[in-house]
Amino acid sequence: MAEPMLAASGLIKRFGGLIATDNVSIDVRPGEIHALIGPNGAGKTTLVSQLTGNMQPDTGTIHFAGRDITHLPMHARVRLGLARSFQITSVLREFTALDNVALAVQAHAGHSFRFLADVRRDESLRGPARRGLEEVGLAARADTPAANLSHGEQRQLEIAMALAGDPRMLLLDEPMAGMGVEESQRMIGFLQGLKDRRGMLLIEHDMDAVFQLADRITVLVYGRAIASGTPAEIRANAEVRQAYLGEGDA
Amino acid sequence: MSLIASLRTPRGLITALLLLVLAVLPLLTQAFDQRYLLSIGTRIVIWAIAAISLNMILGYGGMVSFGHAVFFGIGGYAVGILSHHGVASGFVQWPVAIVAATLWAALVGALSLRTRGLYFIMITLAFAQLVFYVGGGLEAYGADDGLNISRSRFPGLIDMRDKASFYWLCFALLCGTLWFCSRFANARFGLVIRGAKSNELRMMALGFPVFRYRLAAFTLSGAFGGLAGILLANEGAYISPAMMSWVKSGDLIVIVVLGGMGTLFGPLYGTIAFFVLEESLKPLLDLLRKGWGEYWQIVFGPMLVLIALYARGGIDSLFGRRHG
Repeated sequence: MAEPMLAASGLIKRFGGLIATDNVSIDVRPGEIHALIGPNGAGKTTLVSQLTGNMQPDTGTIHFAGRDITHLPMHARVRLGLARSFQITSVLREFTALDNVALAVQAHAGHSFRFLADVRRDESLRGPARRGLEEVGLAARADTPAANLSHGEQRQLEIAMALAGDPRMLLLDEPMAGMGVEESQRMIGFLQGLKDRRGMLLIEHDMDAVFQLADRITVLVYGRAIASGTPAEIRANAEVRQAYLGEGDA
Repeated sequence: MSLIASLRTPRGLITALLLLVLAVLPLLTQAFDQRYLLSIGTRIVIWAIAAISLNMILGYGGMVSFGHAVFFGIGGYAVGILSHHGVASGFVQWPVAIVAATLWAALVGALSLRTRGLYFIMITLAFAQLVFYVGGGLEAYGADDGLNISRSRFPGLIDMRDKASFYWLCFALLCGTLWFCSRFANARFGLVIRGAKSNELRMMALGFPVFRYRLAAFTLSGAFGGLAGILLANEGAYISPAMMSWVKSGDLIVIVVLGGMGTLFGPLYGTIAFFVLEESLKPLLDLLRKGWGEYWQIVFGPMLVLIALYARGGIDSLFGRRHG
């Protein structure tokens, strides 16, 4: 089995008296989709925030590609190849879809202390951005302001932005949130196609998607990882069934 | 959009006419024998440079700096103090003034940009007030009363005492500032600044060290503000702490908002509107009743409220939709 690319161990995060992350260890191997599930309020987003550098864990360490990144700021982690998409769609609303992806490309194209040349004529940014939009099926909407895209299209744009730097690992925070059945199926197919090239940590409420995509699943309840294993093992796990699947939340 | 194509839009046409009038203003004021108007025109051009520099951070970057007039002061005092000690050459004064403004901007930016929202406004104001009071305490340089200075000398190049030459110098620098702003806003750097205004977290998650770019923008903005200060000191041959009072900082914000935040020409429109209203409301109110002119802002204030309520893009938005 390949070495984990992303490995967090012993993460603890407290907010006052509440333990949002309670001694969680989780890892993702290259070419693997590791899904993180759990009821609302289980601390999934808090955990991802610590992995991306948006929050600092109180204790515990995070390693990525052999480096200790526990104290690296968010932008430095992205530069190392750890990209994320947001649960709540987070695109630059007043910029066009193409501009959004081009900015994502720019983030990985050296420094941006360039004051004179027009970015919109910079093929080294526009070209890869156009291909990125094509890849997620948004090519026709390139010149539409992101604010005018449908919800599903904005989710696709999110993915295109996350993929722009050709990251080695993706943290996907509910990529299918708010999508229709058809859109979801397309996204599932798309993510399956990506998986050979990079590892993914997938947070998702849509259980069909999780069981279709995941190689491993970790179940988070009240900040604790109560189970971790293959989809079949998770399905069979009594504690999980009681705590989560049995609730009919899915 | 090409220059020619932009002339076909109302905005392009108005802007072109405006620039044309500004370009020949000394000829017009001479032809109609209105020297006083040239002095106002010069101040408009200088203030427009300051407003454009504030717009770089406020309009494009969403950084509400409430201390931008401090760069009037730093640019002006650098020129004035050197001039007072016999260093008359603009070749020395101007670089020193720009470097001083740039360094101060870098320092203030490095500290204030760690905060957000109201705290940022307060910290930039506090730093500006600090310099304001230091200026007022400089007994050797006239303290609160200020100091008469001689204008910068550029031997063989330009005579700064000639009103028309000085005006054209200011106008050329305004054009240069506009040119830079038009490039910067659409270059990689400008996109990062504008993106961070729109969604800071997203920009960090894309891999941009946002703080660094904001600091660079703040510093750049201070450098152009310092340039405006140099010109302002030369315009009146006079420096005083009043040129960097918080009221002036407020005026600059009003000008940018009035003209249209984050637009290229908005700050220029705003400056012209501000000065024209000030100069025309005063005598109008004085006509109604002697002494009322002093309270011109009672009329100006409600006009600002109307702009804020009904023309959120400022004057710029009255000229139709923007492209790009």
